[in-house]
Amino acid sequence: MGKLNVVAEPGKHSIIMTRDFGAPRDLVFRAFTDPSLIPRWWGPRGLTTVVDKMEVRPGGIWRYVQHDADGNEFGFHGVYHSIVSPEQIVSTIEFEGMPGHVGLETVSLEDRNGGTRLVDLAVFQTVEDRDGMLQSGMESGAAETWDRFEELLISLKV
Amino acid sequence: MMTAFEALAEPTRRRILDLLLVQPRLVGELADLLKISQPGVSKHLRVLREVGLVNVRQDAQRHWYELRPEPLAQVDAWLAPYRHLMEERFDRLDNLLEELKEEEKKHGET
Repeated sequence: MGKLNVVAEPGKHSIIMTRDFGAPRDLVFRAFTDPSLIPRWWGPRGLTTVVDKMEVRPGGIWRYVQHDADGNEFGFHGVYHSIVSPEQIVSTIEFEGMPGHVGLETVSLEDRNGGTRLVDLAVFQTVEDRDGMLQSGMESGAAETWDRFEELLISLKV
Repeated sequence: MMTAFEALAEPTRRRILDLLLVQPRLVGELADLLKISQPGVSKHLRVLREVGLVNVRQDAQRHWYELRPEPLAQVDAWLAPYRHLMEERFDRLDNLLEELKEEEKKHGET
């Protein structure tokens, strides 16, 4: 359906992602707020995601744990700041492998003729934290990266 | 030495690259368009040349500055693995939403 757009300007604290979905907002909102649905899309491929806590209300805590085949666990948690159904979710996020580095994430859902435009704004405490988050993608999918690199070269029309 | 990524952190330098993307330009022209002094522009151009984002071409007495996009490809490639990770996540969400739509349709029929 949609193409993911990622904006991470050099020297800034934020990552902005935009993507269109061919489903109404209430359904997208459900996918973000129903604990039984999170394991079906949130974690990376090859890892199992378990919802440990998910108190979908202002001040409520969420915690997801990802398990890999070797028995390693990667925990993420945060606090919901505000929830406006089916428009917006504001929460914090912290990777337990790097405690003390907290991001503030705003997921906004806009109605687009019955479809949904998702805008995900994540703001980090420092530029280094933001860059660290971007580089956390480095370990996975390195092979596919070269395909994308080729696409990029074409799109740049060097 | 500064990296291309660091050089791009400065907004004026990004505006210079935007202007050079349209066509090669002279220092004076850039100074007029950006409304900053020629020495100011020269300072930014020096940084951009050092990281390889800008070439200078001499034509008689004139120095034409032109964009050299190769380091930009590196900057974007740096983002590619993260983009890939997130694309996977949102593709899974997309699939889930299709399943939920189907479920709702069935539910509506019964």
